[in-house]
Amino acid sequence: MPTGQETLTRPPAARGAPGRRQGPAGAGRGRTHPMWFLAPAFALLFVFFFLPTLFNFVYAFTDWSSFKSDIRPAGFDNFGFLLSDGTLVASLRVTVVYAALVALFQNLFGFGLAVLLEKDTWLNRTARLIFLIPVLMSALAVGYVFQALLKPDGSLNDLLSAVTGQPVTVAWLGSTTWTLVLAAAIHAWKWMGLSMLIYLAGLKTIPEDVTEAARIDGASPWQAFWSVRFPLLAPAVTFNVATALLGSMNGFDIVQALTGGGPARSTEILNIFIYRTFGQGLFAQATAMSLVLFLMVALLAFPVIRVLRKREDIT
Amino acid sequence: MTVPAFGAVRRRVPPSRSRGLAARLRPIAVVALVVPVMGVPLWLIVVTAGKSQGEALSPDLSPPARWRLGENLAQVWQQGEVPAAFLGSLLVVVPSVALVLTLGSMASWILARRTGRLNAVLYALAISGIVLPPAVVTIVLLLRQLGLAGSAAGMIGVYAGIYLSTVIFFVTGFIRTVPLSLEEAARMDGAGPVRVFVSVILPLLRPVLATATILICLYVWNDVFYAFFVVGGRLDTLPLNLFQVANAGLYLNNWHLIFAYIILMSLPLLAVFAVAQRRIISGITGGAVK
Repeated sequence: MPTGQETLTRPPAARGAPGRRQGPAGAGRGRTHPMWFLAPAFALLFVFFFLPTLFNFVYAFTDWSSFKSDIRPAGFDNFGFLLSDGTLVASLRVTVVYAALVALFQNLFGFGLAVLLEKDTWLNRTARLIFLIPVLMSALAVGYVFQALLKPDGSLNDLLSAVTGQPVTVAWLGSTTWTLVLAAAIHAWKWMGLSMLIYLAGLKTIPEDVTEAARIDGASPWQAFWSVRFPLLAPAVTFNVATALLGSMNGFDIVQALTGGGPARSTEILNIFIYRTFGQGLFAQATAMSLVLFLMVALLAFPVIRVLRKREDIT
Repeated sequence: MTVPAFGAVRRRVPPSRSRGLAARLRPIAVVALVVPVMGVPLWLIVVTAGKSQGEALSPDLSPPARWRLGENLAQVWQQGEVPAAFLGSLLVVVPSVALVLTLGSMASWILARRTGRLNAVLYALAISGIVLPPAVVTIVLLLRQLGLAGSAAGMIGVYAGIYLSTVIFFVTGFIRTVPLSLEEAARMDGAGPVRVFVSVILPLLRPVLATATILICLYVWNDVFYAFFVVGGRLDTLPLNLFQVANAGLYLNNWHLIFAYIILMSLPLLAVFAVAQRRIISGITGGAVK
């Protein structure tokens, strides 16, 4: 489970623990742990995951569409088109900003909640359960709920009007700059319960005597927290940041239900573009964007995970 | 070593005086946070789902003049083709989860126990799907070539391909903490690999499989993106149905029905969660066995 102890690249046991080498490695394993156990899983992975990914590299360079039956190579035409009308750069930018904001918000919220609800009181346990409800809800539903909440004549403005005593009619979902930020915050709202659980698990694995030792050495509670306990949370941070960042790049439901990509396509993340273009029958263009998404996530995944893991090693 | 994740009895640290105020303010802060942040959106769902069409035209937080939650749920159930979509969701979710858990655990056992370069490469490939996005568009083409386009079987295969990585990541990590001696004892008694896997490894995996089940169910039950590409228009699932009716004009200005639908759709997962919350939470936080 995501204890926060495991991370995405190196399995925990492979961290050079000396006790790992039980029994003869290699030679005897063929009989006791036969390779054919891997076959069904890898067959499925190959057909339904790797093969379509390979296809991406082929069909992004064709003129595949719903308008004609044959598929011909088209070189870099799709990319040329997407570059020239600016959608490629715009969608990429929107996606990266969205993902970075989600990672930031989700971790801030999740971490804050974990610290706030750390003690096992009756109230805290109830609050944790409540924060897990959005995790279970459909992301699409979350999008619709917030769309209703944030309409110009929606409940948020009603609440603000009641508090300030004057009519508030902010079009929360009408800004080409801030709507994206709001969408990211809502994405974070949906998933913060899960981040909270992982941070809580991380906090619980830190032995009490570590903090106690720090306190005996004269550290204030503030110091004890930030310079002793927080660095020990590094594995949980790695897991949460990497999954939030890379997961939200593949986001769709919340933004689609909230804004549908608007206003003026300012929240059109890559998957919304792919969905829209696919619906128009422009399959090759959709594939080209899908390849862009794949390459971006693949290129970002390695440095992100490496940087985060480096921080763990220092601690 | 067993580490109870929640409800753990922790050693009391004598509270210093400066923390007294903060400790007393904390419960108030919790309530002050939960009510607006979670209470408002959830209340909006329930209240709006209980209103008449006229009242729900512009959803607000006021309670309905007359609660008609039951009627609205019934109306959605009939008009929104919920029974068909519910069956469609089950038809896809159950086999996908079963497949992913079985094949994932089998592969994880080998990946966890073998060593060497090849194994490391295979493991990296197997878990790459956790971060890498699936190629949604070309999957459609591939399924057409395989004759699986728009079918439940194709959808199940796609979900399996996407979520095997998650299962393998978690289960492999878990098996590495299981001592090899347990297997060896069974092997001494003459058990072959299949026997060892089925009667020694699988029973030990119960906690991690329980959590993986929840996570995968969560993803697959609520998925609309992949479903749209693979079975959109051919097979109804609950989220796909919500998406289509909310997009089409049918539910335009029918917030009460959309929110009633959301409640209907979330109930199964909420029910499972309510029954098994303690186990789920301790599973996700990895408290069970270390």
